[in-house]
Amino acid sequence: MAAVKQTVEHVASLEKYKHGFVSDIEQDFAPKGLNADIVRFISAKKDEPQWMLDWRLDAFERWLAMDEPDWAKVNFPRIDYQDSYYYAAPKEKVGPKSLDEVDPDILEVYKKLGIPLREQEVLAGVEGAPRYAVDAVFDSVSVVTTFKKELAQVGVIFCSMSEAIREHPELVKQYLGSVVPVSDNYFACLNAAVFSDGSFVYVPPGVRCPMELSTYFRINAENSGQFERTLIIADKGSYVSYLEGCTAPMRDENQLHAAVVELVTMDDAEIKYSTVQNWYPGDPETGKGGIYNFVTKRADCRGDRSKVSWTQVETGSSITWKYPSCILRGEGSSGEFYSIAITNGRQQADTGTKMIHLGANTRSRIISKGISAGKSSNTYRGLVSAHPKAKGARNFTQCDSLLIGKHCAAHTVPYIEARNGQSKFEHEATTTRLSEDQLFYAMQRGLSQEEAVQLLVNGFVKDVLQELPMEFAVEAQKLVAISLEGSVG
Amino acid sequence: MLSISNLHAAVEGKEILKGLTLDVPAGEVHAIMGPNGAGKSTLSYVLTGRQGYEITGGGTTLDGEDLLALEPNERAARGVFLSFQYPLEIPGVPALTFIRTALNAQKKARGEPEITAPAFLKLAREKAALLKIDFDMLKRALNVGFSGGEKKRMEIFQMAMLSPRFLILDETDSGLDIDALRIVSEGVNALRSPDRAMLVITHYQRLLDYIKPDRVHVLAGGRIVASGGPELALELERDGYDRYARAA
Ligand SMILES: Nc1ncnc2c1ncn2[C@@H]1O[C@H](COP(=O)(O)OP(=O)(O)O)[C@@H](O)[C@H]1O
Ligand SMILES: [Mg+2]
Repeated sequence: MAAVKQTVEHVASLEKYKHGFVSDIEQDFAPKGLNADIVRFISAKKDEPQWMLDWRLDAFERWLAMDEPDWAKVNFPRIDYQDSYYYAAPKEKVGPKSLDEVDPDILEVYKKLGIPLREQEVLAGVEGAPRYAVDAVFDSVSVVTTFKKELAQVGVIFCSMSEAIREHPELVKQYLGSVVPVSDNYFACLNAAVFSDGSFVYVPPGVRCPMELSTYFRINAENSGQFERTLIIADKGSYVSYLEGCTAPMRDENQLHAAVVELVTMDDAEIKYSTVQNWYPGDPETGKGGIYNFVTKRADCRGDRSKVSWTQVETGSSITWKYPSCILRGEGSSGEFYSIAITNGRQQADTGTKMIHLGANTRSRIISKGISAGKSSNTYRGLVSAHPKAKGARNFTQCDSLLIGKHCAAHTVPYIEARNGQSKFEHEATTTRLSEDQLFYAMQRGLSQEEAVQLLVNGFVKDVLQELPMEFAVEAQKLVAISLEGSVG
Repeated sequence: MLSISNLHAAVEGKEILKGLTLDVPAGEVHAIMGPNGAGKSTLSYVLTGRQGYEITGGGTTLDGEDLLALEPNERAARGVFLSFQYPLEIPGVPALTFIRTALNAQKKARGEPEITAPAFLKLAREKAALLKIDFDMLKRALNVGFSGGEKKRMEIFQMAMLSPRFLILDETDSGLDIDALRIVSEGVNALRSPDRAMLVITHYQRLLDYIKPDRVHVLAGGRIVASGGPELALELERDGYDRYARAA
């Protein structure tokens, strides 16, 4: 695919954080700070119905009564929630529009990032190459969604959350907050109050979504947070594969990204959800700046034999705090979590998954590959639990950590709760240091030190990379390499 | 081709090579024999540029170029290859991927075009057949779960694929049964040519029945204490290293 190839070449050609540019685009901001009026402002900007505003205000009330969590193995100064903008959007009319109506400067940003927004260009790509539809979210709003018509022909709804609230209120009302309750946790509750945009997907019964869906999140504005909200529903016997990518400019102050993603699968349905997260990680030497990536992602496998698999490649952000989880409610339902989490410089990551086995004969599989370099800290935190009714539940967990250099740290914190005698959980964990001997061996064969590190790291993460849709795997592999540049020697 | 003069090298502050001098002209095969701990592997690591081996005196040139000033991969690109005494395992990286990446890195460094996938596979099949290596084994992660003998055979396979000019074999015979020894030796002999040279490290004469050396050197106490023709290896086989160990 031309666009992806271009991105890959672009990625390869740059040394450091390649997405760090800022675009000068005329924007609308909400006044700085956070109060009930800001919540009303956001809702009004989006032309939302009363029920949505009520939902937000209720969330805001609850959030005021909550405290920031402190159990994760991450350190950061107290966030001043009043010192940020909760709404930033390119100055344009609200509502769906065609590509011709989108600000050319914004199109230029996506072009620079290598994200294909022009359907005809995607179509003109390499023959036989898979195509994918894109929802482009710029700061607080979705600017364009591609291939909507083609998807609508098979009944698939793919649009921004704002549009879904207006156009498909019955679906939104039914499912929004049904997987991640409003007051689930501090950041999810904040998100419920001020969420800006995100993607909405509904796949009707028996439909196999004809193309990959993807959302590309871009934070551009200064001093603003991004609060995306994504909801994907796979009805009986349907299938969809969805990918999200994220980047932000290099800035000295920290920016908060508190997203909520909810997935619902009915009987025999399957969702494959992939993330390539490359938010600005902050300055590698001083640790200044970078995105706080505090995200709640959860899937509810409601239907029997339904399946959700989370695949994540987490390379960016100064702090990552996320645990994509599966509630395995349906009988025989299954959840998978494949993760590559890389920390370098002064990054901190506390990430993992929760597999909650509620139904009989439910299965889960966790493969986590953590790589720490520089002075970073990388924690895997995972919970596997089986409730009394989850007879025959099975889990396999493989948790590997790779250390590069002598100043980084890796931790593994697995929690296991089996509340019936007929579940079987297996856990394997390894921690290895990238060995000088292996590096020398590869260099003796002709690889430079960087190439040797790359090859060894690729070997380490291979099991997870191969879970990504093919056209993104190449890109992810390059990203892994770039994230670790300069980590040895 | 390779010229080592009065080479001194230390590991962790301890001098292991203490004034080693040796010339290996193009087209020749030289054997280095010596007791355990004499510094044979140390010599192979110093020649290939492993970290932690400090040169404390003397020098080495390859075709007149200062070899010791180069990075390990730069030496590889100039054709220096070491068959390791203890080959490393590379988890998750198929042997073929590893070798192709290495070959292309070398070609790039020499300003040659990369090898195409079909050409590479053809070459791999040819060399695998020569060394009686099951092609499926080449799709597995390099050396992971391989037996000692398989690892050694894989070293020679890599050597055949990379087609180096200066070859160092460090105890390639250890861990090989007699059939494997014959196959591996044939692989090595196939690379003998007027513009290549080899340093064959072993402490058994057995290997030299298959890979006939032009010269044999005894390394003891960090230097070459005796040199001779193939008959020297036979003498060592009969009398042992005692005499030389004492001399050192
Ligand atoms: N990394 C090391 N640290 C300290 N001493 C070492 C190290 N490697 C080798 N040596 C010492 O150097 C000497 C030569 O070792 P080596 O070159 O492996 O001998 P050989 O290959 O001839 O058996 C031995 O005394 C060994 O203990
Ligand atoms: Mg040795």
